[in-house]
Amino acid sequence: MSEHASTEHDGHSPSHYIRIWWILVLLLIASVVGPFIGEATGIQAITLFTAFGIAVIKAYLVVKNFMHLTVERKYVMYFIVTSLVFMLLFFAGAAPDVMKAEGQGWVKPLWLEQAEEAAAGHGAEAGHH
Amino acid sequence: MSARPIANTRTAAGMPTGKLAVWWLIASEIVIFGGVLGSYIMHRLAHDDWAVQAAYTNTWIGAFNTLVLLTSSLSAVLAHQAAESGDGKKAARLLYATCAGAVTFMIVKAFEWTTEITHGFTITSSTFWSFYYTAAGIHAAHVLVGAIIMLIVASAAKKGRDLHHVELIGLYWHFVDVVWIFLFPLLYIAK
Repeated sequence: MSEHASTEHDGHSPSHYIRIWWILVLLLIASVVGPFIGEATGIQAITLFTAFGIAVIKAYLVVKNFMHLTVERKYVMYFIVTSLVFMLLFFAGAAPDVMKAEGQGWVKPLWLEQAEEAAAGHGAEAGHH
Repeated sequence: MSARPIANTRTAAGMPTGKLAVWWLIASEIVIFGGVLGSYIMHRLAHDDWAVQAAYTNTWIGAFNTLVLLTSSLSAVLAHQAAESGDGKKAARLLYATCAGAVTFMIVKAFEWTTEITHGFTITSSTFWSFYYTAAGIHAAHVLVGAIIMLIVASAAKKGRDLHHVELIGLYWHFVDVVWIFLFPLLYIAK
């Protein structure tokens, strides 16, 4: 086992890990209850934070306390971060094609048709009023 | 021909080769799961109507399985700690408890999927359900593989052998837990 990581790891008692587990459970409860509050109050920010913000916090707690990444060799962190950067690059490269109806030299005819139909529907509705 | 030992304790990289390999595996898994989750997120953002499909996933079942995985991560890290102090028997017991968590997760998932499929929500029902079964299916495969490896590591640890493997399977298991931490809000909460 890595001497470097073990030294740090030995400093943690079982009660430390159980405390982290309790925090994770409380965060899980918050992430389930939060969206109900968000829906009831109509504040979408509550839903987004409790669903995704808390997921990030939970993941951080697991990675830091259970995986001991922060006391691991620096280069381990570098290749984990590199993988995350590749993921973001993939998202940045592919998302415009997936999320937009048209771009440079390409178009999604079905999407445009649906958008036109929706616009016509709204126009007719406005006409009735 | 003389038998050569497998290089599992070299420290040229500042850590045992096995541990380096697990971190490398996790880095490559981030790209695999990142690709699936990234694709799901961009499609979900582009299709508001997916909310209608997502409404059929059961938040309580997802939350229960999250609790199961978080608890199994606790037993995995406690097993690591027992292995560090040289208590192979205790490490094995805690790894078996982690495996029990994996089995519970799979039973709940089987029940959940059976219910969904019998209600007509199959992998070909819509793009949302395709993503749902693909992402959760790949994750479940990782749970299964992790549980099998953990049983092998636990049986060796019980005899006081290869205690350093306890940390390695623990790292993998925590990663599987982290993936689920993100899958849960994406598939069960964002409706």
